[in-house]
Amino acid sequence: MAKGKSGSKAKKTGKGSSKGKAGTKQAAAACPPQPSTAGHRIRVLVAKPGLDGHDRGAKVVARGLRDSGMEVIYTGLRQTPEQIVATAVQEDVDVIGLSCLSGAHMTLFPKIMELLKKAGASDILVTAGGIVPADDVPKLKKLGISAVFGPGTTLDDIVDYIRKNVKR
Amino acid sequence: MDPKDILKGDKRAIARLMTLVEDEDPHGMEVLRALHKHTGHAHIVGVTGAPGVGKSTLVYRMAKGLRERGERVGIVAVDPSSPFTGGALLGDRIRMMEIATDPEVFIRSMGTRGCLGGLSRKTYEIVKILDAWGADTILVETVGTGQAEVDVVQAVQTCIVVMVSGLGDEVQTFKAGIMEIGDLFVINKADRGGADRLFLEVKAMLEMGQAPGKWDPPIIKTIATSIEGVAEVLDAMKKHYKVSKETGVLGRKCMERAMLDIEDIVRDRMMAGLLTPQKKELMKSLCKKVADKKMDPYEAAQKVLCE
Repeated sequence: MAKGKSGSKAKKTGKGSSKGKAGTKQAAAACPPQPSTAGHRIRVLVAKPGLDGHDRGAKVVARGLRDSGMEVIYTGLRQTPEQIVATAVQEDVDVIGLSCLSGAHMTLFPKIMELLKKAGASDILVTAGGIVPADDVPKLKKLGISAVFGPGTTLDDIVDYIRKNVKR
Repeated sequence: MDPKDILKGDKRAIARLMTLVEDEDPHGMEVLRALHKHTGHAHIVGVTGAPGVGKSTLVYRMAKGLRERGERVGIVAVDPSSPFTGGALLGDRIRMMEIATDPEVFIRSMGTRGCLGGLSRKTYEIVKILDAWGADTILVETVGTGQAEVDVVQAVQTCIVVMVSGLGDEVQTFKAGIMEIGDLFVINKADRGGADRLFLEVKAMLEMGQAPGKWDPPIIKTIATSIEGVAEVLDAMKKHYKVSKETGVLGRKCMERAMLDIEDIVRDRMMAGLLTPQKKELMKSLCKKVADKKMDPYEAAQKVLCE
């Protein structure tokens, strides 16, 4: 369950998927390449806090993480900080990805960080995305949000960041 | 990790243990062993059916209803893992977020991780953990199933098959597989056209299999989005549990389950012992010959087993 181990696993799965794409015929005809079942698989909660109905970005990220071999739990729209933290605890996720495009991030994100602390779950890696003004980024980082991915971030950036920073 | 934390109801510890068990971590297995004697309290109910018939919504409504009756509820929701990358999008929870913060509810999503029978390899173990936590009822939602993904029947005590109208004629109801495993049939989205007809088709099918002394599966029409029929489903599944207990069916199922548990572990350990890295290398080296038709797969397998 060490960091290095999950990293090497991730690399392995990545190789499997590119093989599948290169030889689609082979992948379709033969039994699909079996990804390893044992060992830790990175679990991510993609969460949409607050009254924000824009989830295209969250869905694209969820899909991208899925394709990189992670297990993604999506909360759906309009969640309270309490619902998000309860879900993160029960699903024992390694990462929470918060998406907010409504401008309420400075209200919602601190509340989520506080509730995580209360739940004894501060070890979970928290990242954010959406529309966050540059001035707010240092404030969010101070709260313990480890990365803020703004518009223009590639999926590869996010996947790499998660793989390098998850704690198990 | 201490098994006591699970019994105490520490949700973070419960969730952690579930991850360890899913990842087949030896420590997780040790804790699971210690919990075995604390299980057996919960009524384990499976909810299965085709994708989009409303399983998640129904499970959510059922859980809410059970909570109103004062029960502690565990939910395991399985969604498919990619056969290519192993990744998964676990979306059943979206329908259940209203009960996410209820302290007497525990919801866990799982990817199938290579398992093809509608559940994941470790679903039964996760159910066991929820049982040890003290859940009164555990609802197990399968992946969206087709005709033959019927593993759920071995993991639960009461099996609910959810259907909707419009998916084929009455011959579908006569086929072997999923139509045989229901202790209870739910026709969801009953406000849509064709529900009455489907009801009659299922009824006709079930009547043919009726026998004295045998459980007669009820068929219940529901509209899960508006809670209609959900109380009836709960009553029927509790009745099934009671009757199963009284007739000894449940005891027999428990024995079968125990047998399967032992078999699974024996098989896993034998395979792990057999498929050493050297053997795997050997298999890889034989692959090409078999693919090129220079060797048949039986001969290759024999070589792997003998060398």
